Amino acid sequence: MGRQTPLYQRHADRDASFTDFGGWEMPVEFDSIRSEHERVRESVGKFDVSHMGQIEVTGSDAERLLQRLTTSDVTALDPGEAQYAAITDEEGIMLEDTVVYRLPDGETYLFVPNAGNDEAMAERCRWIRSEFDLDAEITNATTDWAMIAAQGPDAPERFEEVTDARYTLDRFEIERADVAGADCLVAATGYTGEDGFEILVPEAAATTVWDAFDVQPCGLGARDTLRLEMGYLLSGQDFDPETEPRTPYEAGIGFAVKLDTEFVGRDALEGVAAEGPESKLRGVQLIDRGVPRHGQPVTTPGGKEIGHVTSGTMSPTLGEPIGLAYVDVAHADPDTVVRVVVRDEPKKARIRTTPFIDR
Amino acid sequence: MSFDIPEELRYLDSHEWVRTTDGTARIGISDVAQDELGDVVFVELPDEGEEIDAGDDFAVVESIKAVSDVYAPVAGEVTAVNEALFDQPELINEDPYGDGWLVEVELADPDELASLLTAEAYADEIDS
Repeated sequence: MGRQTPLYQRHADRDASFTDFGGWEMPVEFDSIRSEHERVRESVGKFDVSHMGQIEVTGSDAERLLQRLTTSDVTALDPGEAQYAAITDEEGIMLEDTVVYRLPDGETYLFVPNAGNDEAMAERCRWIRSEFDLDAEITNATTDWAMIAAQGPDAPERFEEVTDARYTLDRFEIERADVAGADCLVAATGYTGEDGFEILVPEAAATTVWDAFDVQPCGLGARDTLRLEMGYLLSGQDFDPETEPRTPYEAGIGFAVKLDTEFVGRDALEGVAAEGPESKLRGVQLIDRGVPRHGQPVTTPGGKEIGHVTSGTMSPTLGEPIGLAYVDVAHADPDTVVRVVVRDEPKKARIRTTPFIDR
Repeated sequence: MSFDIPEELRYLDSHEWVRTTDGTARIGISDVAQDELGDVVFVELPDEGEEIDAGDDFAVVESIKAVSDVYAPVAGEVTAVNEALFDQPELINEDPYGDGWLVEVELADPDELASLLTAEAYADEIDS
């Protein structure tokens, strides 16, 4: 039995089907992936994302610690702002992607590692603290917080029904707000490409907030198809230090790497930035009938292997088979025609930039 | 959750069904299987004229979240494939025992049917 979120019983009562994800027992589907996906694109849906980690860093060197930990420039954050970043090892290989929040108090930094990586990332913070002799307090607060994502074009309007806050937040801002009587942190972030919020809810108030926000519940299945249409990375699949070791440049998130800061892995990445990566994560869209899936080879029309698929599905929005694949840069230009080998059968496919949909 | 398990069909515990009429066997996947898979988005079927053996993984059904092999309950030559599924794979979700059928085969050995599960035995399998 995996870890359970404070909303587990709610999901079980709603007849969700469950799956293990990063050591957590998570709802994968409530009604159908397709209908949940469509609801988010067209109106609004809610997700239990309490499996995401929360690591809090405070103290006089908190900013310095985050600056060493992440590839982005944490000093650019004003209180109440957030940014996307990678966490790399000394070789510049991605260990994690994350969002770093500077809370409205200006003192506390909070970052959100992916499911199952919370303790490893807290440990990494402690290592940086001792390596660079920093004064900081590091707390793995993952079980203190539930996290609920409200996503979709109607999310702001519907969300105002359960909070006193006026919803004027810009993307990547965070503020404190009373939500259904609970003292929450509300961030204008997400993983779907739609407007919406991620709400950090004190664990004890999780069910109250979940119930108050009375919209379509959505599982990890729809979360995956929504993020894939946007080309957002999935940790452990599109990059992984063991099974898919990649630099942020290969993974297409060079925008989150600030080489004028002093993060772990910076020197290695400076070299990669100068020479350019050998392969790049690209969108692929099948022209032939089929569905690209994790692990399938990508070849030239002549059959030379040039990469492989890391994620794939049938896009519910487009009705087209789409995926993400690492391909050699020589074959990574948009509109290059390649083959994706599905069960030994080469299927014609086209290289695309992401996102797959206009957002 | 209760599933539709028509009395007159025969089943495999891997969730395929067979309907026989005069030496021809129509094969599909059960209500349980389509529910487990969720939204079906793609099917790969054998060609007409192909010979399949009992136990072969002769077809593939893919939903948004999963890829599933389909096993042949009986041996025989494929005499028809449900081409409607190429454009409307969701027929498998909507009508797994009707419009969502996969292939028809000319039975090589009608005695094979005796080894398949009855509806009652299949229902017991699901419950256990």
